[in-house]
This record gives sequence, C-alpha cells and structure tokens, in this order.
Amino acid sequence: MQEAMIKRAKELLADGSVDRVIGWKRGEFAYDITPAVFTSAEELDRDFVCDDFTAANVSKYLVKETQKEGKVLAFLKPCDTYSFNQLVKEHRIDREKVYVIGIEGGPKLDIEKIRAKGITGILGVRNEDYTLKIETIYGTQTMPFYEAVLGKCASCKSKKHVVFDELIGEDGDVLDSNRFEMVEKLENMTAQERFDFWRDQLSKCIRCNACRNVCPACTCENCVFDNPKSGIDNKAPADSFEENMFHIIRAFHVAGRCTDCGECSRVCPQHIPLHLLNRKFIKDINELYGEYQAGADTTSRAPLTDYNKDDCEPSIVHERGVE
Amino acid sequence: MQRIGVFVCHCGTNIAATVDVKAVAEALGHEPGVVISQEYQYMCSESGQELVKNAIKEQKLTGVVICSCSPRMHENTFRKAAASAGLNPYLVEIANIREQCSWIHKDIATATEKAIILGRTAVAKVHLNTPLTSMESPVVKRALVIGGGIAGIQTALDIAEAGFDVDIVEKNPTIGGKMAQIDKTFPTLDCAACILTPKMVEASQNERITIHSFSEVADVKGFVGNFTVKIKKKARFVDETKCTGCGLCTEKCPMKKVPNEFNMGLDNRSAIYIPFAQAVPKVATIDPNYCMMMKSGKCGVCSKVCSAGAIDYKQQDTFIEQQYGAIVVATGFNPIKLDKYDEFAYNQCPDVVTSLELERLMNAAGPNGGTLLRPSDKSHPHTIVFVQCVGSRCDDEKGKPYCSKICCMYTAKHAMLIREKYPDTEVYVFYIDVRTPGKNFDEFYRRAVEQYNVHYIKGMVGKVTPKSDGKIDVQASDLLAGEQLHINADMVVLAAAIEPDKTARPLATMLTTQMDTNDFFTEAHPKLRPVESATAGIFLSGACQGPKDIPETVAQASAAAAKAIGLLCKNSITCNPCVAHSDELMCNGCSSCEKVCPYGAITYVDKEFRMPDRSTKVRRVASVNPAVCQGCGACTVACPSGAMDLSGFSNSQIMAEVDAICK
Repeated sequence: MQEAMIKRAKELLADGSVDRVIGWKRGEFAYDITPAVFTSAEELDRDFVCDDFTAANVSKYLVKETQKEGKVLAFLKPCDTYSFNQLVKEHRIDREKVYVIGIEGGPKLDIEKIRAKGITGILGVRNEDYTLKIETIYGTQTMPFYEAVLGKCASCKSKKHVVFDELIGEDGDVLDSNRFEMVEKLENMTAQERFDFWRDQLSKCIRCNACRNVCPACTCENCVFDNPKSGIDNKAPADSFEENMFHIIRAFHVAGRCTDCGECSRVCPQHIPLHLLNRKFIKDINELYGEYQAGADTTSRAPLTDYNKDDCEPSIVHERGVE
Repeated sequence: MQRIGVFVCHCGTNIAATVDVKAVAEALGHEPGVVISQEYQYMCSESGQELVKNAIKEQKLTGVVICSCSPRMHENTFRKAAASAGLNPYLVEIANIREQCSWIHKDIATATEKAIILGRTAVAKVHLNTPLTSMESPVVKRALVIGGGIAGIQTALDIAEAGFDVDIVEKNPTIGGKMAQIDKTFPTLDCAACILTPKMVEASQNERITIHSFSEVADVKGFVGNFTVKIKKKARFVDETKCTGCGLCTEKCPMKKVPNEFNMGLDNRSAIYIPFAQAVPKVATIDPNYCMMMKSGKCGVCSKVCSAGAIDYKQQDTFIEQQYGAIVVATGFNPIKLDKYDEFAYNQCPDVVTSLELERLMNAAGPNGGTLLRPSDKSHPHTIVFVQCVGSRCDDEKGKPYCSKICCMYTAKHAMLIREKYPDTEVYVFYIDVRTPGKNFDEFYRRAVEQYNVHYIKGMVGKVTPKSDGKIDVQASDLLAGEQLHINADMVVLAAAIEPDKTARPLATMLTTQMDTNDFFTEAHPKLRPVESATAGIFLSGACQGPKDIPETVAQASAAAAKAIGLLCKNSITCNPCVAHSDELMCNGCSSCEKVCPYGAITYVDKEFRMPDRSTKVRRVASVNPAVCQGCGACTVACPSGAMDLSGFSNSQIMAEVDAICK
C-alpha cells in the first residue's frame, strides 16, 4: 500500500492538484513514527512511510495546514476520517483545501505491548499469518499479532471512511464494536471502587499535555489550561485535585465532539486509559439522546448543542448518578 | 481600589426574626473592599433608599450590596436609587437573604451564618462588576392570541379596541371554545350563545383582528417586543376565501356517520361540516378521516354542489410567518377523560354522562333539540343523580389534586334548570363540600336547595351499577345522616375535573414559559403579576392559568389585554445590558454557540487578526447582536474554549461567587 500511496502522491504533486502531502515519516527507530508534511517527490521517496506503526491521526494537523496557501493531500484511515469530518463541521478545517485519500485502517501495533514481552533492540516487524516476526539486534523473535495490537484498534468502531475524495483499497463497514465493555465495568463498580480506580490512574499523570496536544477535538485558539483568564490555567498538577480536574475538564470540553479516535490513550506515556472518560460520555449520550457518532457527518446537530422536545429531562440524568 | 457599601435589610421581622442582621452587617463590614456596612428596618422604603444614596455620595462607593429579598422584588428599586445617586445601576448586587435564607430556616445561628455567606458572595461578585449601559429595541405593534375561546376573544377585542392589530390562532375550525358548547350560564341563567356569539361576530368584523381558525402555532422565535411566530394553517380542503357558509355541502354529504365533537359525540355530523350554526368563520371543513373522496376517490358530491367552487381536495397545510410584539396564551381547558372511573360506569352506560355532555343534551342546538332525554332510550329521566368532584381534589393517580372550581356552580345550575323545566324530576347532588364564593354565587346555590328542592347530600357515590331494566343503581353514603343509600336513578351526571388543554405543554416549551405540575401556566407572581408569565412579553388569559368560571376568565382576559397593550404602546423597550459577547482572540468559530442560541443572536464574521509575528490571519469568529441577545447564557456554557462571556454574569464573577461560598 505504501508504494501505491507514494505513487499517487507524486502524481498529484506533479500535476499541481496538491501542493503538500501529509503522511508519516520514520524517526530513529522503525516504531518511532511521526506525522510529516512532504512537498516533493524526493522527500516522499526518502521519508514517507505507511506501515503497522503509522497509527497517528493526521486530521488535527490539517487545522494549521489549511490555514496556509495551497491544497494538501491527506491520507486518512477510517478512524481519522471521523476526526476530519468533525473538524470540518466545527469550521476548523477548510474542506476545499484538502484532497482526502482514504486508506485502509489498522490494526496498528503498540510498541509498548511488544516491549512488554521483553523484546528489545527492535529493528522491524513483519506480520506473517497473524504471527508477528520481530527483527531485533538479538535475532528474530515472534509473538501473536493480536497481542501487539493497539488498544484503540482492538476496539475499532469502524472500517468505513465517512469522507474521501478517492480510495486506495477497499472501503469497510461500521463495526459492532465492544468498545463500551470497560465503561460498563466501571459503571457497575461502587462509587468508592470507581474513585479508587481513577485515582490510581490519574495519580500517574505527569501533566505532559500529550493527550491534549494530540486530541483532534482540542484545537482551541487558546486552551483554557493556557489561559490565565480562565482561572484554571496551570502547567503542572499541584495536587491530586488538579490531577483529576485536568482530565475531567478535558473530557467535558470534548464531550459530544470526541469521535473516539483513541489518540489520547495511545500517546499517554503513563498509560492512563483516558479514552474511557470520553467513552463514558459517548455511551451516556447514546443512551440519553439516541445513537450519535461525532464526525459521522458534517451537517447533523450534536445532541449536546441541540434541543428537541423529546430530550430527556435533567432529572433523569441526575437520577442515573444516584447510587 | 473598590469602595463597597453593604446594606442589610430587616424586612420588618421577615428577615430579622431568623437572621441576626446586626451580626451580618458587622461580619460583612470586614470583607475586603467594604467601607460601610449598615442594617435598616426597611431598605426598600424611601428612607432606606436615602441611606443607600447618601452612602454612595458620601463614601464615594464603587459598588453596592443589598442583603434583602429576592432580586425579583426590589433589584430595580435599588438600581434606580443607585443611578439617582450617580452610580451605574449594574454596580448593585442583591444578596437574597429572605426567600433563600430567613424564610426557609428556623435556627437563628444557621440562618445568620448562611446570610453572611450569601452577603460575602455578593461582595465577591460586585468586586468584578462593570458599569453596563442599556440599549433600546423596537416593539412590533401587533399581538398574537393563542386560543379563540371566550378568553382569547375578549383579549383580542380589547387589544384591537386600543388600536393594535391582533391575530387569533384557533386550532378548531371555529372560534368560540368551550363557552359555545354551554347551554346556560350561572348565576344569571342567561343563554351562553346569546352572550358569546355577538362577541364572536364582533371579533370577525373588527378590522384589526385576523382570525386564523383551524391553525396551530408551529414555532416561536425571538423575544419580548419582537417575536417571530410560524403559524400552521391546517388544510381544511375548503377555500376559506370562497366558501360562503351556505351549508349545502354539509346537507348533501353522503357520509353522515361522523361523531359530532361539538355535541360531545352524542349525535353525528357529515364528513364536511360547519361545527355549529353561529360558527366564526362560517366556513366548511372536510374531515379527511371520513370523507369518501379523500379516502377512496369516489364521491365528490360537495365539490359538485358548491356553487362557489370552494372545495379543494388537494389543499395542503400552509405556513405563515408573522412578527409580534406580545403573545397572549388562552389555550383553555378540557374535562378529563373518565375512562379510569369504572366505579361510575361511564364507559358501560350511555345514561352516565359528564356535565358538558349534559349541557349539549339540554341545549336547543343539541342532539335532542333542547329536550332532556336519556341517550339510551330517549325517555324522560325522572331521577337524576349528580356526582361532584369526579377527579377533582383527588389524591390518587386517576384524578387531579386541585379543585376544578366551576363544578359546584354549574351543577347547581343544572339541578335548578332541570327542576324548573321538569318539576316531576327528582334531583340528587352528592358533594364533598359546596364551594360557592363569588358574587351572587351562594344565593344561587341556596335557591337550588330552598326554592327548587334539589336534594343536596353530603357524601360520595361509591358505585354506579347499570341494571337490566334500564335503571341505574347509585350506591352512596349520606355522611350527615350516617347511612348508606341506594338511589334508583335514570341518569347520572359526573362533574368531571377540568385540565389544561393538551396543546399547552408543547406550546409552553416553544414559548419558554413555565408550567406547574398540572400543566397550568405559571404566572409571574401569584398575587401581584397574575396575568403575566415569567417570560417577558407572554401573557396568560383564562383557564390555561388555572380553573376559572366565565366572569373570572373575562376579567383575566381583559387584564392580559391591558398588559399587552401597555407593552405595545411603547415604541421601544429598554434591553437588558447583561448580554453575551465573544472574545475574538479566543473564539475558534466552531459554531457551538450559534447552535444553542435560542434567539438567533449569534452570527459569524471573517475577521483579520494580527499575529505575534506581525503577519495577519483571517479567522471566522462569533459575533453577538446585543439587541437580539437575551442574556440566557446558553452560549457561554456551550463554548468549548471559554470565549463567550455574559456581561453582569461573567465566568469570573460566577467563579468568584463559588469561591466565596466555598471559603
């Protein structure tokens, strides 16, 4: 697929249809992937990569890219197209300035899960019939492919591209995902158990802001956490209250807009399952206001910024919270 | 440096009895920025206001906190006082230590502590208050009356009389409402139609009144002085402008088996119909559920006989949009359904009727031409039992907790009319209490008992059983005599509770007005603002606000009209300066605020911004039209980046209040 993508990108650059290409490039190691913008055929040939580690959602980068002159070619996986649509809906991305090529999605791999097997010195990976062959400086090692899959891919919600100008490969379907299983488990806990669970998780937070910086729903001109006027700006959690509040405020800010792309948990260096907070909101919205998938389209009105006479009464929301 | 004055009101003993006002004044005197803290018996009195004004001048105050009653009561009083002393009125904050403190606490120590916290909160907020200036917004000189019963008609006539255009929206094919169905009225026993129909005609002839019959309110936007209302004119399949109301179509229509709503289903009408002889507008309506042409395409008789060519089987619902300065709600009432009252055999026996059905049975335009006959066998009833409070003053699920107010009087009326016309008929009335406050009301009831010998029995009817011989066994208790009774009756009349019309609730949602738990519209103040809703520019007329008889309804209708006229007289109204504004440097242009704005006050503009590197960037940002914004604050909550803020209730002010409470 990588070759087909590079070929098509070169064509579009050459005929002037696009001025830039957004994709991924490799860092020092095979698994060290970062989104990158390419402007020439040479750059594409040298650096462009699309493999089992290119999990990063490039949609958010288009906010800045579309503010520049010219048109951008973006390669979007199915999950990325939801984020893309949501940003178009919020007028953050100028749709006219993007040429979207839909590409096949994951499952992508989680390097941490491979390392957890005690495998180090990794040079590259190969998926051979769902057995992962891992080349290391110490020789080839193997592990079952699915044990190395990223959390967000293991609970994939859709293989369908909700927006594209052209596709490389086949389009898939919206999946019947098990993504709310853990949320349900948390809901069934007692308040104390749940609090303990989240304290255990959130106390690990080092306030690196990776989750915020990667989140496609976090594209504010001036984030409240950076704005001294907001009264909640801070650079580091001073106490446990702030540790909790940062993530809870963020979950509230993206509620109804989060497409469940899972980037927050993917980038968290402390492995906090932040996506569970967002999924709880998504599940609640679905239950209280009917099924809604942020980013599925660019025109529908989101339940939290819409009002209709059948909306559930606030008392119902309140009663759900009473133990 | 802030110089804040705190003024604590005793409100006689209303506050002072449960709150140690001296301690409150003393404690708040130590709050940062407070330079004077006083208490006084009645802050709202002339001398109380003088105290505030003098302090503003002498102490050069920059902010004022009044610890008193709810801001709904006297906020304006104190704002005006501050303005007259040269302080911007929006630098005054009220701490409600009466409704939210003294009235709900018994313990002085707790109440005092809470009053101090509430005062401290207001001080924290006033530190961040900024001077605000009001703007003016024009008033559309046209009123909308929703509902064309006696309440709506009276309100419309009064508003039109004052020289303003009024539209009546009535969901039925004719105006007239419940009063048109009533036979005689208490306490004078004059004919309802004789006093109602002249008003209906007057309304239709008044040049300033437009009647949209068979229409509904579909959507309401805007705010006081400037509502935009979408009215759905339902297809009646007859061209209103052509139909002359000759009635030939209704005579010739072969489908004559449609239950007649006007006569409570006691007889039938044709599929094309005019509800009653004096209907306004006198225009036929086709009932598509029964019309054979509409259902099977075979018939078309009405179209053939109509010389005016008014029949249009293809007519569609149409929508009109109109601006209004004021809206009066007059949606009225209905008797409750009695399906759940098996004990009274309403569903089993045709001779068990509701009071409104009895009105039709006795009316000259009713199913029997005015002769009271049993619906089952058209025989004269000789024993009639009236049951009061069916579903009223009821504490179970089936009924309503309130008194329907009109039943005692109309039952006395019915009993009297029956005894007058058919002296051989025995009439029993079973009651819990007889409630007859009102001018000439008790005299009226006593006449029924003393002059007409109606048997009033205190006690409730336990069971009504239809018997095989066509009679009805009424089992009841006589509480005063302490005995069980069995009455062999010919008819039973149930005084069904009344409830607000079902259209009222969705309408309340559209109008953003409040309702009580029984779906009656809530007035802005139960004593002092009985005909206004809490939403500015929306007024209440008639039984939609609570059970009412005709005189009361008409009085309230005129009162609502007076309030609406008071508004329409003004060329412009002063807008609330507490409106939203967006911090363009923070705004992402995401449209969240625009979507939640109920007033359509938010638009987006592309604006050029200078960047730190001296380049420029064009960004889409929200812009609030302050004349349209009503300061509800929905946008400030929806804004993900905190760019939206509300003047007078800014995020920082609210946070300061929360901090002060949590201190």
